[in-house]
Amino acid sequence: MAAPCPPPPPDPQFVLRGTQSPVHALHFWEGAQAQGHPVLFSGQGRDLKLCLWDLAEGRNAVVDSVRLESVGFCRSSILAGGQPRWMLAVPGKGGDEVQILEMPSKTSVCALKPKADAKLGMPMCLRLWQADCNPRPLLLAGYEDGSVALWDVSEQKVCSHIACHEEPVMDLDFDSQKARGISGSAGKALAVWSLDGQQALQVRGTHELTNPGIAEITIRPDRKILATAGWDHRIRVFHWRTMQPLAVLAFHSAAVQCVAFAADGLLAAGSKDQRISLWSLYPRA
Amino acid sequence: MEPAPSGVRLVVREAIQTLSSSEDGGHIFSTLESLKRYLSEMEPPALPREKEEFASAHFSPVLRCLASRLSPAWLELLPDGRLEELWASFFLEGPADQAFLVLMETIEGTAGPSFRLMKMARLLARFLREGRLAVLMEVQCRQQTQPGFPLLRETLLGKVVALPDHLGNRLQRENLAEFFPQNYFRLLGEEVVRVLQAVADSLQVTAGFRGPTVLRWQGGLDSSVSFVAQVLGKACVHGRQQEMLGVLVPRLAALTQGSYLHQRVCWRLVEQVPDRAMEAVLTGLVEAAPGPEVLSRLLGNLVVKNKKAQFVMTRKLLFLQSRLTTPMLQSLLGYLAMDSQRRPLLLQVLKELLETWGSSSAICHTPLPQQRHVSKAVLICLAHLREPELRDSRDELLASMMAGVKCRLDSSLPPVRCLGMVVAEVISARIHPEGPPLKFQYEEDELSLELLALASPQPAGNGASEAGISLAPATAEPPAETPTEIVDGGGPEAQLAGFDSELDSDDEFVPYDMSGDRELKSSKAPAYVRDCVEALTTSEDVERWEAALRALEGLVYRSPTATREVSVELAKVLLHLEEKTCVVGFAGLRQRALVAVTVTDPARVADYLTSQFYALNYSLRQRMDILDVLTLAAQELSRPGCLGRAPQPGSPSPNTQCLPAAAASQPGSAVTSDWRVVVEERIRSKTRRISKGGPRQGPAGGPSRFSSVAGHFFFPLLQHFDRPVVTFDLLGDDQLVLGRLTHTLGALMYLAVNTTVAVAMGKALLEFVWALRFHVDAYVRQGLLSAVSSVLLSVPAARLLEDLLDELLEAQSWLAGTSPRGLQVLPHPAILASLGSSCGQRSPQGSPGSRLQETLTWLRKTRTKTAGRWH
Repeated sequence: MAAPCPPPPPDPQFVLRGTQSPVHALHFWEGAQAQGHPVLFSGQGRDLKLCLWDLAEGRNAVVDSVRLESVGFCRSSILAGGQPRWMLAVPGKGGDEVQILEMPSKTSVCALKPKADAKLGMPMCLRLWQADCNPRPLLLAGYEDGSVALWDVSEQKVCSHIACHEEPVMDLDFDSQKARGISGSAGKALAVWSLDGQQALQVRGTHELTNPGIAEITIRPDRKILATAGWDHRIRVFHWRTMQPLAVLAFHSAAVQCVAFAADGLLAAGSKDQRISLWSLYPRA
Repeated sequence: MEPAPSGVRLVVREAIQTLSSSEDGGHIFSTLESLKRYLSEMEPPALPREKEEFASAHFSPVLRCLASRLSPAWLELLPDGRLEELWASFFLEGPADQAFLVLMETIEGTAGPSFRLMKMARLLARFLREGRLAVLMEVQCRQQTQPGFPLLRETLLGKVVALPDHLGNRLQRENLAEFFPQNYFRLLGEEVVRVLQAVADSLQVTAGFRGPTVLRWQGGLDSSVSFVAQVLGKACVHGRQQEMLGVLVPRLAALTQGSYLHQRVCWRLVEQVPDRAMEAVLTGLVEAAPGPEVLSRLLGNLVVKNKKAQFVMTRKLLFLQSRLTTPMLQSLLGYLAMDSQRRPLLLQVLKELLETWGSSSAICHTPLPQQRHVSKAVLICLAHLREPELRDSRDELLASMMAGVKCRLDSSLPPVRCLGMVVAEVISARIHPEGPPLKFQYEEDELSLELLALASPQPAGNGASEAGISLAPATAEPPAETPTEIVDGGGPEAQLAGFDSELDSDDEFVPYDMSGDRELKSSKAPAYVRDCVEALTTSEDVERWEAALRALEGLVYRSPTATREVSVELAKVLLHLEEKTCVVGFAGLRQRALVAVTVTDPARVADYLTSQFYALNYSLRQRMDILDVLTLAAQELSRPGCLGRAPQPGSPSPNTQCLPAAAASQPGSAVTSDWRVVVEERIRSKTRRISKGGPRQGPAGGPSRFSSVAGHFFFPLLQHFDRPVVTFDLLGDDQLVLGRLTHTLGALMYLAVNTTVAVAMGKALLEFVWALRFHVDAYVRQGLLSAVSSVLLSVPAARLLEDLLDELLEAQSWLAGTSPRGLQVLPHPAILASLGSSCGQRSPQGSPGSRLQETLTWLRKTRTKTAGRWH
C-alpha cells in the first residue's frame, strides 16, 4: 500500500497501418538540415542490393544501388560527417568479412577480415563511428558467436574483442560520449559494455529479459533512455544510465523488428504485423 | 557501665537541658561546641574513653534533641547560618549508623510537608552525598560483638534498602531526586564498591603485617563483608538488580582483574548473601556480567560450595525460566565450563537439558520460547564440552536425542521441527564424529542460523578451558561476538552503485507498470470457458493446456453466465487437475481459478467442494486446497463492493487492479475516464470548501454476497469430522488437516460478520470447539482459539449473551483452566482478556443490562483492533 501504484503502460499515440508488408527498418528524417541530398537507405533486400532513395519533396525514387556480396541479416552502417564523401560499411563476401566502401563513388576501401582461427561467424550488426578527438573511423561489429569486436578501419585490425552473449548478437548501439554501448542478442540478455582509454572493450553488466530475442536497440539522441524491439512483440524502454526498466509496451501482435527515435523524442516501432506504432514517452524537457 | 554518673553524662544532661529550653543563641552555640569536643579533635580535646562513651550512650539522645529543636526561628538565633552548620555537623560527623537512624526516624515521625521535614530530607541527601553510607556499612562490618547488635543491624538493613520507599511516602511530590530508586540504588552500588575496596585495603595491611594465615584471614573476611552482602541481597530481592549491579559489576570486574585479593573479597561477598536472596543476586549477576570470564572472577566456585546457588544456576535459570538472552546463557554456561571443579556440573546440565529437550510431554506443553531457550543451552553446552568428556555418556545422550528428534519432527509447528533438526544435526556430529553425519533439510532462517552459530565453539572460551587456566585473568574479550558476525554483511549493493559513477543531471523517470511482462506463449489461449474445460481435460498439447489454465480465471470473471452453466464440472476438473509439466505458479493458477469459479457460483460450487472434503479418494493436499479455496472465496464474496467488482475481467493481482483490462483493449474508454478525472480535478481546484472532510466518500454500501451462502460454506464442513473413513481420519493421524479445518472455520465465521446466519454458525462452532478442546496438537488448539475469537467478533453482542451464553461459559472455563503456557501459542492476548471480561467478571449482583453494556464496549474495542487479522 505504501508504494504508489505505478501508472498503467501507455497506449500508442498513433498507429500507421497499410504498409501491406512486415516493417523491417525505420528512420526519422529531419528534412531541413540534411544538406541537399535527402536520402534514405532501404535495408538490403534478398535481391543483394542496397538502394539509395531520394525522398526530397515527397519523391520516392531509387537513385542508386550498391551491389552486395552476401545474403544475411546484417544491416549496413553509414558514417557521414557532413562531408561530400562518406563511408559505408556493409557485410562483405566470404561470410565473415565486412566491406568498407567510400560513397558515393562506391569504391571499396578495404575489407575487414577476422583472423582465420577466430571463428566469429557472420557479422550480424555494424556501427561505424568516429571519436571526436580521433579522426580515424572505428567500427563496432557484432558477430554470430555472440561477441562484439572493435575494428580500427584504417589499420584493418581488431582493437578489442569481447564475448558478451551466448547467442548471435542481433544489434548494438553505442553512446560515444559516455563510451558505453549496449548489445542485444537472440538470447535473453542485454549486455552493456564500455570502451576505456586504451580502446579495450569491457563488459559492465548484463540485463535479463523475460523473453528471448532482440531485433534492434536504439539509444535516444539525448542519451537518456533506450528502446529495444523484441521478438516477443514488445518494445522495452530502459533508463540508459542505470538500465532500470521503465516500460514494456505491448501493442503489436507479432515480432517488433525495428525501433527509432525522432529528435523530439517520439518513438516509432515497426513490426512484422505490418503496423508502425508511434509512442510518446518521457518527453524531452 | 559504671554505676556512678560520669563526667560525660553530666555534661550531656546539662547540654540537653540548655538546648531544649534556651533561646539564647550564644549560649546554645557554646553548648554545642562543648559537645562537639567529643566528636572531633577540637580544643580542649576529650579523653578517648569519654569520646567512646559519648558515641555509644549519649549521641542518639543529643541528635534527637537537636532534631526536635529544628525550626526557622531557632536557626536564626545566630546570624549567617552558623548555628545550622554546627547543627548539621553533628549528623554528618558523628557515628553514621546512629545519625542515619535518627534522621530516618525524624523524617518518618514528621507529619506532612513542613520546614522541618524538608530540612531533614535535605540533610539526609547531604548525608548520602558525603558518602556516609559507606562509612555506615564499613562500621557495621567491623563491629559486631556489641549487645543488641542483630536487632540494630536488622533495623539498619531495612532502613538502608527501603529508604526510597520511606522517603517517597513521606515527601510525596516534594521528593528529591537523590531518593528516587533509580538514583539511590546506583549510589548504594557505588558505596558498596567503596566498602569492598576498604575491606580489601585493610586486609592487605593485615596480611602484610601478620602473614596470611588462611584461617583467621577467612574468619575476618566473613564478618567484614556480611553486612554488605545482606544489603546487596535485600536490594536485589526488592528488584533493584539492574541499578545496583549495573554499577557494581563493571567496577568489580575492573577491580578483580589481576587482583587475587579482590577476587577473594568478591567471592566472600556472594557467599555471604543470604539464601533467600541468592536467586535474585545470581540472576542479576548473570544478566549484568559481560561474559563468562567476568562471571567466573566474581563468583569463584560458588556453585560447588553453595547448594542454593547450584540450584539456581544449574536448574532454575536453565529449566524453569526462559528470560535469559543468548549472551547471558553463554556467560552462564561458559562460567560452568571454565573451572575443572565446575565442569562435571556442565556435563550434568547437558544431560538434564537433553532429557528435557527430548521429552515428548515437554515438547507438547512448554511454550516455544522455553523450547528455544533449552535448545540454545544444549548447543552452547556442546560447544564447551570436549570429546573425551562426551564419550562416557554417549549412549545416554544419544537416547535422549533420538526420542526428541522423533517427537519434534512429528510436531505440526514449523519452529519446533526446525529446532529438532538443527539440534539433532549438531549433537550427532559431536557425539559420533566418526559416523556418517545426520543431515536434514531445513530452511536457513534467522533461528537456524543463530542456533548453528552457537554450536560452533568459540575460540576464546574454548582456548581458555583447554589450557586449564580458570582463574588467571583472561584478557577482557568483547562478549558475544557470534550474533554480530552473522548480522554483519551487505556488500553487493556497493558493486552495483559503482556501475555509474558519473554524475549527470539525471531526471528521474517514473517507470510504468510492468506486471504484464510475462513470458510469451506461442499457442493461443481458449476464448470461452467451455473451451478451457475441454482443453484442461482432453488436450494433449501441453502449451494449450497451460494457456487454458492461465486464461481461465479471467474468462470466468468475464463471463459469469457461461461459467454458471458448467461451474460444478469446472470445479471438479480443477480440483482433480494435476501438474502435467512444470508450470510456473501452477498451484496459484489453479487456486485462483477455483476461487473464481466459487465466487461466480457460490452455492453450488461450495456444496460440491464441501461434500468432497469428506469424500473417500482425495489426498490431504486436495482436502487442504478445498479449505483454502473456500476461505478465499468467502473473503472475496464478503468484501464490500464486491458486487460491482467481481465480474470485472483481468487477474486480481494487486498491480493490475487499477487498470481494467477492458479499458486497455479499447483505447477510447481509457481516454474518456481520463477526461472525467481531468474535469473533476478542475472542479475541485476551483471549488472552495469551508470544512474538511466533506468530499470524502465512505465505501459504497451494498449487501454482502456472502450473507446468503455462508451456510453452504460452513455447515457441511462440520458434519463429518468425527466419522473417519479409510483414507481420512481427522481425529487420528490427519491432525494437520484438522488444524487447517479449525482455522478455516474460524475465518469463515469471521467473514460472516453482520449476516443473519452468524448466530447459528457461532453456536455450531462453539460446540465444535468444545468437542476438541483438549486436542493434543498445538496447531489445532491455536485454530480453536482463533475460532473462539472470531465467534466473539462476529456474533452480535446481544445474541451472544442471549443464545450462546452456555457455550460461552464453557469456552471461558476451558480457557481459564488452560494456562497460556500450555497453549504454546498465544494468538491474541486480547482474546483471553476479552473472554474474561465478557463472561468471567460476571458478579452475581451485576444486572444483565450492565453486563451487556460491558461486553458491547469491549467488543467495539477488540473489533477495531483485530479487524485486519485475516487480510
